[in-house]
Amino acid sequence: MKNHDSHITSYALNLKVLLVLLILTMTSILVIKFHLGAYTVALALILASIKTTIVLTYFMHLKFENLILRLMVGGVFLLFAIIIVITFIDYYFR
Amino acid sequence: MNNPSPTAPLNFLNHKTGLWSWLSSTDHKRIGLLYLYAITTFFLSAAVLGLLMKIEKVAPGETIMTAQTYNAMFTLHGIIMIFIVVIPGLAAVFGNIMLPIMIGAKDVAFPKLNLFSFYVYITGACLGLYSQFAHGHSPDTGWTFYVPYSAEASSNVVIALTAAFTLGFASILTGLNFIVTIHRMRAPGMTWFRMPLFPWSLYATAWIQLLATPVVGITLLMVIAERTLHIGFFDPALGGDPVLYQHLFWIYSHPAVYVMILPAMGVVTEIFPTFSQKPVFGYLPIVFSSLAIALVGYFVWGHHMFTSGMSYESRWFFSFLTFLVAIPSAIKVFNWLSTMYGGSVDLQPPLLYAISFIFLFTIGGFTGLTLGSVATDIQVHNTDFVVAHFHYIIFGGMGFGFFAGMHYWYPKIYGRMYNIRWANIGWGILFTGFNLLYFPMFIMGIQGMPRRYFDYDPKFQLGQTISTIGAIILFTGLITMISNLIYHVRRGAIAPANPWHGVTLEWQIPSPPPHENFDEIPVITRDPYVFDNPYTK
Amino acid sequence: MSTTEHSEHSEYIDSETGKMGMWLFLFTELFLFGGLFIVYAVMRSKYGEEFHHAALELNAFIGATNTVVLLVSSMTVAMSLTAIQKNQPKLAMILIFCTLLLAGVFMMNKYFEYGHKFALHLYPGSDVMRNLPHGEIMFFGLYFLMTGLHLFHVVVGGILLTIILLKVWSGKINQEHFLLHENGALYWHLVDLIWIFLFPLLYLIT
Repeated sequence: MKNHDSHITSYALNLKVLLVLLILTMTSILVIKFHLGAYTVALALILASIKTTIVLTYFMHLKFENLILRLMVGGVFLLFAIIIVITFIDYYFR
Repeated sequence: MNNPSPTAPLNFLNHKTGLWSWLSSTDHKRIGLLYLYAITTFFLSAAVLGLLMKIEKVAPGETIMTAQTYNAMFTLHGIIMIFIVVIPGLAAVFGNIMLPIMIGAKDVAFPKLNLFSFYVYITGACLGLYSQFAHGHSPDTGWTFYVPYSAEASSNVVIALTAAFTLGFASILTGLNFIVTIHRMRAPGMTWFRMPLFPWSLYATAWIQLLATPVVGITLLMVIAERTLHIGFFDPALGGDPVLYQHLFWIYSHPAVYVMILPAMGVVTEIFPTFSQKPVFGYLPIVFSSLAIALVGYFVWGHHMFTSGMSYESRWFFSFLTFLVAIPSAIKVFNWLSTMYGGSVDLQPPLLYAISFIFLFTIGGFTGLTLGSVATDIQVHNTDFVVAHFHYIIFGGMGFGFFAGMHYWYPKIYGRMYNIRWANIGWGILFTGFNLLYFPMFIMGIQGMPRRYFDYDPKFQLGQTISTIGAIILFTGLITMISNLIYHVRRGAIAPANPWHGVTLEWQIPSPPPHENFDEIPVITRDPYVFDNPYTK
Repeated sequence: MSTTEHSEHSEYIDSETGKMGMWLFLFTELFLFGGLFIVYAVMRSKYGEEFHHAALELNAFIGATNTVVLLVSSMTVAMSLTAIQKNQPKLAMILIFCTLLLAGVFMMNKYFEYGHKFALHLYPGSDVMRNLPHGEIMFFGLYFLMTGLHLFHVVVGGILLTIILLKVWSGKINQEHFLLHENGALYWHLVDLIWIFLFPLLYLIT
């Protein structure tokens, strides 16, 4: 069970990532003050997706993992997106 | 448990003895056999239920059971057959026993997790049985647990749902284990495209198990919440949507069909080259058709819901995608037939089962297209036609694939040979009974015989009686086949290491395999199906 | 299962294999919540207005606080892994302890939040809830099921981190062997990831 060749994320990078995440959180809270109507959901989801990507890349070390794992993560999110879209082919047209 | 002969070298069956050494073993082969014994037991009990239902239908009106008993029986038959027998079936038994050997590994990636998932499976299976005998009514919702009935029925639905949830968890863990095993444990030199095709089919299957099962898990939890907390997601009176349940349920349960059939396709893909002594025809197309079936299979769940009030657009969309799945399936059938073409075909019991697999699977597949096309589906939806179709796929496909694998790998697993003559006779009875039982149901279905009814209009008398006779013959065939296999576990002639002259790795080690499969991990230097030049030194 | 059999097998589990297993497990967790997200999407498209109205009941301040709490805890657990890799077990233990404290804060906030809802008789199956408009029943049903399932994951993650803390303390997790620590951290990040979506979808739609 020996770990070797693992990438070490520095303390400073972890802190920077946290700051970015906090700023994004603030943005998503402030954005709802402007009444953007239907775009609010889209914007909230886009911001959440950006945050997710950052957590995946840095906190979960995906940036330093091998390609196959990164492809798997991408594929899984894509699969879920397709399932939602297909479900909505029913609900949207009903 | 089984001692081939006093002088036999130590192997995985006898290197340790005693019941506890089996129940606590992390050896993939022993876990596979534990699954085999559990699954066989459950299969036979559910087959008896099926037989009883058919006997009930030998004549119109109530013959041997009440309507309520009949409802409980088809529910239990479905739950056991789907969740306990066919979904784990091939992957848990032959996947466990053969996958590590075929890729040249000593075990799966997480042996302890493997044992754990076996016990999760047993827990789920016991819960399923408990739901039948616990205080209150046996569940009578059918294995699909459709709301609103499953949310309101007074029977033990919650226990049955928990059972299905638990069994799903076992399935996830097995899938997880196999994916990691295939990624990380292949022998040196075994590149992805030097891997035999049974492991490939397990790889495609494992992804479905991993990614689809959690959806049904949460869905069943929602039904439990619906029953206990009245949360209302599926209850129109509270604003919910019952059709949403069907979406969520089939997002899992349609891919689950491919969890059943893909490994069976993998098994027969191993059998055809061996008994034709010829490399498999079109290795790459078979690999990619497995992956394509797994992928497209995710997106066709709606074809179970054509009559549920879905939008017009989604009906044609799902119908179109359903037709797409037929393409990779047909590629496989073409490749199996071409593998046999021009080979020196040796018609042994495994090949008999494999060929009948193609026959039955093709009938099941074509009738699947009848159901996948919206117009014809509306005519035959919820009739015996559907029941006949999925029995041709699940029993004729997965079941016969399982029997093919059993007869193929039996000498490898036990180091003994069954009686070939009796195996052939058993196959004949089984095949005849199968078609007599299910084929009339296609015709009756088109004529309007609804499924899940314990009674019928006297005009169906002839078909129903033929079907019942078929059921009795089928059951006789099952008993013949299984007793031949069980009897020769201890008494059969000693089998050589490679009785069928196969070339994949499992035939290059002694029968039964030694405890850790390989003394030395083999180095692979060639493609998997090269017949003139086996791997052995 | 003799001990020799254990050691025979465990030599195969290297960190890459263990990590891949963990990632695959995380995928199943994503699809578990995915089912609920599908229900949310369908219901929200059906009852947009009522969802907005119902969300006013939720305290966005507590939601935002919990978001910050989880983000910070995600950083502390990531840092604890850095500390282990740099052979600073004491610092690692402090950081895991901070993570556990933050998990405690999260749960406390949830306790007050749920307590408030129960005081208003807003819980699945209550008479007050039953008489709400349909869309609001759906919203609160989703709110309780999604945050409830998430809370369950917080508890499991907390237990996992406690085990890791003890193993760091006993030296079983160290600079050479930290697979469990890595996997525990991955699990904790997943808990964070799910909250990243739950927060805007439940609290920020007013």
